[in-house]
Amino acid sequence: MNSAAVGVRPRGGLNAGRLVRRHGWTVGVYVLLLVLVLFWRTIPANWGSFDVQSLAIDALPLAFAAMAQSVVIISGGIDLSVGSLISLVNVLSAKYMVDMSFRNALLFGALLLAGSAAAGAFTGSLTVLSRVPDIVVTLAMLFVWAGVALEILQIPGGGAPPPYLQLGTGHWWSQWIPSGLVILLLGFAIFWLPLRWARPGLALYSVGSNRSAAYLSGVGVARTRILAYALGGLFAGLAGLALTATSGIGDPNAGQYYTLNSVAAAVLGGVALVGGVGGLIGPIAAAFVVTLVKTMLILKGVDQNWAQVIQGSLIIVVVMIGGLAIRRRGRT
Amino acid sequence: MSLLEAREVGKRYGPVVALESANLSVDAGEVHALLGANGAGKSTFVKILTGVIQRDGGSVELRGEPVRVSSPSQAARIGLAPVFQDPALVPDLTVAQNIRLTGVAVEKVQQRLRELDIDIDFTEQAGDVPLPLLRMIDLARAMARDPQLLLLDEITAALPSDLAERVFAVMEEWRRRGRSVLFITHRLAEVIAMCDRATVLRDGRDVGTLVPRGGGERQIVEHMLGPEAAKAEARAAEVDEKAAAEDRGAADAGATTLGVSDLRVGSLAGVSFSLRGGEILGIAALEGQGQDDLFAVLAGERRAEGGEMSVAGKALRPRHPYDAIRSGLVLVPADRLLALLPQRSVRENIAAPRYNRVTRWGPINPREERRRVAKAIEALQIDTRAQRQVRRLSGGNQQKVTIARWLASGFQTLLCFDPTRGIDVGTKRQIYALLRRLADDGAAILFFSSELSEFPLVCDRVLTLFGGRITGELAGEGADEASLLRAMHGLVEEVAV
Repeated sequence: MNSAAVGVRPRGGLNAGRLVRRHGWTVGVYVLLLVLVLFWRTIPANWGSFDVQSLAIDALPLAFAAMAQSVVIISGGIDLSVGSLISLVNVLSAKYMVDMSFRNALLFGALLLAGSAAAGAFTGSLTVLSRVPDIVVTLAMLFVWAGVALEILQIPGGGAPPPYLQLGTGHWWSQWIPSGLVILLLGFAIFWLPLRWARPGLALYSVGSNRSAAYLSGVGVARTRILAYALGGLFAGLAGLALTATSGIGDPNAGQYYTLNSVAAAVLGGVALVGGVGGLIGPIAAAFVVTLVKTMLILKGVDQNWAQVIQGSLIIVVVMIGGLAIRRRGRT
Repeated sequence: MSLLEAREVGKRYGPVVALESANLSVDAGEVHALLGANGAGKSTFVKILTGVIQRDGGSVELRGEPVRVSSPSQAARIGLAPVFQDPALVPDLTVAQNIRLTGVAVEKVQQRLRELDIDIDFTEQAGDVPLPLLRMIDLARAMARDPQLLLLDEITAALPSDLAERVFAVMEEWRRRGRSVLFITHRLAEVIAMCDRATVLRDGRDVGTLVPRGGGERQIVEHMLGPEAAKAEARAAEVDEKAAAEDRGAADAGATTLGVSDLRVGSLAGVSFSLRGGEILGIAALEGQGQDDLFAVLAGERRAEGGEMSVAGKALRPRHPYDAIRSGLVLVPADRLLALLPQRSVRENIAAPRYNRVTRWGPINPREERRRVAKAIEALQIDTRAQRQVRRLSGGNQQKVTIARWLASGFQTLLCFDPTRGIDVGTKRQIYALLRRLADDGAAILFFSSELSEFPLVCDRVLTLFGGRITGELAGEGADEASLLRAMHGLVEEVAV
């Protein structure tokens, strides 16, 4: 046998077949979203830009939460404190922005983002330095942030200047382009892409894929894991700010919804819980899928409790189909 | 001039001493071997030199300057580039991304791979690249840093001979350029052929630095085992040889334990043979000729696509390893950690397969368990210093545990797939002797190895596999490397019996 022959494969810059093979899941989620949208169009009597607008409003915070969760899972961890960190940023912004000018509100938002990134880095450092498993540390932090949020605002209230609310609920250029969608793409392009295509992004994936191989390749494993949590905190901060913009108030319990739904959206979006696999593009679409299914079930007048059963089943079915597809590929 | 000078380097984990006090001096322009039995401290030593773990005591000097290597990336910066025993490539990243991860220029690695005459698609995910090629990428990546000292930890263990040759060429090149290589291997022939000097470790200390070409294998083994043990080993080996020679005649008398006819699966294209009780049957093959599929089917991990298997005359169609084990077919894989529960104790590991049979319901009888486990540990001479967690044992001792599991639970046919991969000479000999003893007690053994020199030592008969078919059958004594290699390359006419 000439073992060098094993390595001989056709070379090609862009290989469409492989693109689908490697990013098949992401493509699949977008196809699922498209199918759901086509179906959704037929339900309300006069479906229009208003419906698109309200979907974007509903999905925006979850999309950011899914990004937060995905970054951490890709690096081989899991962050259960995402939801309560969202609550914390939500109540802080709503409590103090209410009397601010738009300019100050934006500055304050930037400050909160820096703060939530630091909070994420803190959580990450705790689990990295103490070697207590991620799930334990972040569960503890869930309670800590939730408590602080309740201390700041006992009952839902507060608000934000109208131009700030427009960021989440308005539209730009056309009725069909909700401003929230633009903000989402901006957040993705500014905070994720530069990392994804540079060495820190590779490090993030390598740490989640095989920690010892990453270490032996010279990756600073501790630093990278803390970076993942910091980035997760940053996206959670964006989710909190988005929640204020879309709901118009601060609610200390609003974040609960995002704790497990962020995990669901990450998994649905093709992020493997073992780490090292997936991206943020899939989970973003998955956040819209999750939100859209909920919307459609409400429109259809399905009972709230049954709606949850259907949502849960959908996640299992989709992930199962994806898993089967991967296993079949592995066999051939 | 001395390039690297390590003095009295030590490392301990709590009460367990991994490295007592080791000295090593590598000259510039030298290929230096680091030898020792499993558990002697070689891997610990290399990890300390490359910053994977930190030493407790001693000093390391590079070109006369004291250094403290705090991480693998720092080691690379000061000119120490290691290729570790386990591939250090991240499976979910592409080859190119893996290289960028270490901060090496991709073009340089490509250039090195071209020099090694290896063609790899850099957009492939590392997890999809076959293991031997991963090792070569690892090597090219280390070479691309153009290090003063290349540390190769058992790189040849998983390589077919043509790729191993290319590694030797690299070692030659490094010597020619006045740079150095620290080479760790269990294959003494490689040490004698390639290395200028060899430092031998035993029980965490260096026991001597010698010139391998001068004294040959015997001298090295004596150092590795200690003078007394070496004599005893040699005697035992002789006795075993004699006994084996006598047995070879007697083996024919046994009844067929395992029968395989026209077996087809994966790359296996119709294989037939029969294996008798008391016989050790070797399977010799180059990388990827269907041996993996053969063992997987026999062990019940995969289902056959065609053909028949029988155990003691009864048809066997295992759908699960459980079925194979119940029929007395048990597997000792090359990768120990596939078979073991790394976080659990030696005792639990040995006892685990027994729960298939004994007391299906109700509590486990601890006294009975302890007795059987103790017996197996004694029979295999397992070093139980670190017995609370199997992952802390050395590779050789882990492999002994995988065999001990089956000793304690009973079997008729032992399927050994490269059981001595990455194991030191002393332990290898113990395993050869053990296999012979088991065969004498009536067990049938199917034995695959990537080291050709093992076949005449271990086997009564050897079948060669090429392209999914059996291409030759040799008697155990006649299975020297030349005839094996011919048959393994499918040159049927010359060797067919």
